[in-house]
Amino acid sequence: MSYVTKSPWVIHYDGSSCNGCDIEVLACLTPMYDVERFGIINTGNPKHADVFLVTGSVNEQNKGVVKQIYEQMPEPKVVVAVGICANNGGIFRECYNIMGGVDTVIPVDVYVPGCAARPEAIIDGVVKGLGVLEEKRKALASGQLTAPAAPEESEQAEEQEAASEENGTEKVEEKEEA
Amino acid sequence: MGKRTIIPFGPQHPVLPEPVHLDLVIEDETVIEAIPSIGFIHRGLEKLVEKKEYTEMVYVIERICGICSFGHGWGYCAAVEGAMDVEVPKRAEYLRTIWHELSRLHSHLLWLGLLADAFGFESLFMHCWRVRETILDILEKTTGGRVIFSVCKVGGVRKDIDNETLKEIVDTLKGMKKDIKALTDVFLEDKSSKNRLCGVGVLSKEDAIDLGAVGPVARGSGVVQDMRLAKGHGVYDELDFEPVIEEGGDCYARCKVRIGEVFQSIELIEKAVSKIPEGPISVEVKGNVEGEFVTRLEQPRGEAYYYAKGAGTKFLERMRVRTPTNQNIPALVKTLQGCDLADVPMLVLTIDPCISCTER
Repeated sequence: MSYVTKSPWVIHYDGSSCNGCDIEVLACLTPMYDVERFGIINTGNPKHADVFLVTGSVNEQNKGVVKQIYEQMPEPKVVVAVGICANNGGIFRECYNIMGGVDTVIPVDVYVPGCAARPEAIIDGVVKGLGVLEEKRKALASGQLTAPAAPEESEQAEEQEAASEENGTEKVEEKEEA
Repeated sequence: MGKRTIIPFGPQHPVLPEPVHLDLVIEDETVIEAIPSIGFIHRGLEKLVEKKEYTEMVYVIERICGICSFGHGWGYCAAVEGAMDVEVPKRAEYLRTIWHELSRLHSHLLWLGLLADAFGFESLFMHCWRVRETILDILEKTTGGRVIFSVCKVGGVRKDIDNETLKEIVDTLKGMKKDIKALTDVFLEDKSSKNRLCGVGVLSKEDAIDLGAVGPVARGSGVVQDMRLAKGHGVYDELDFEPVIEEGGDCYARCKVRIGEVFQSIELIEKAVSKIPEGPISVEVKGNVEGEFVTRLEQPRGEAYYYAKGAGTKFLERMRVRTPTNQNIPALVKTLQGCDLADVPMLVLTIDPCISCTER
């Protein structure tokens, strides 16, 4: 815990979660769990944030929002996927409007399991994330890390293709974007 | 006339735990029109009935929303039980009522906190959520989960609460009353809170009826509508209570309704515990759903409507939920017309929006 000498700020976005993980994220900030004692504050501005807490999986409508928030955050940054839906789609993974976990859109550093994820688990995940944040900071300072590490295009295209097998319309949209 | 500007609000916004997007057409500082757009968390879970057996589907339905999850599970089970002509044991109905009221308590305390946060009273937000944790402890002790319980099943409930624990719950809730009163007094008496709440976002009784508002939004505008009074919803007909109605129609009235309901829920739990009979907590359910059934229940946010239709297979043919926030969005759009831009976050919160319910 010696690396928690700074005051990491988190930003929270609800992908397509059921709200359960979201209220648990908020519960972390309130007196019972009180992460503010570690200097962690929930901010609404992506440009102020170090840690991105995403709950719920991504879909066509919100993937742009998730990407935008991620891209606006300054380096170094850490993404924590909270709850099983954010990890891989969870109970909703068979739904027609679910693309899968958050890692299909942005790189994820820490996966927090649970449905809903318990506040203890979320705090644990953020603390793990702070370790990653510190490593990234060092890497940035030494010049090893320069550009934001986005998932490789080929990987993303493969996943999209796999998804489009189930749903023929997605392929068309992808072409339009390209 | 000033120049018209469109300000986007959301989907990612500090006061919103969930994403909803509003295009606010403003003239100087006054909102002329609000155009909502939704669909950020649409999952399409109603369609899952074709892939999950009707007994498994309870887990999916519960996850429509993490705040009113118990009610959704109950509504679905009630619809399936109705279609299959299953009679649920009395003790199970009492337990369901107790858990449902506990959910209402935690939901309303959560909302009070978010409202305080929306009008900039952060310490009040923290205190509301501190008090709420006691309710979550009770829920965790009796069900095993903090927000998703999975105790409701077709034919009854999965877990019993022994009478000693029931007594403890009542004692805990009685002890909390003082704490809650201290908080709610700030909402209702404090000058700065009243300054933000009184006379803001007035929804007349006629508008509430015309726009189909439900739950505390309708009751805050003087509409007598509470599905708990309808027949066949749990054991509410044995508990003898009056709905909380306020006439003002403004944010203050809506806040007062929910505060009244917090104390009402505690009373209902006390009454239910004093009347709960001994007996089994579930019946065995055999066979498949054939036919259709509609049921309604009162969620913390208002009337929710459940429809189930089966054709004799282990999968339902169709499942439909109509949630309260869906009904309250037209009322929200109406109250936003003519309000100050700075009041928008608070007005959005006074309908207690639950977007994951709305979009499913």
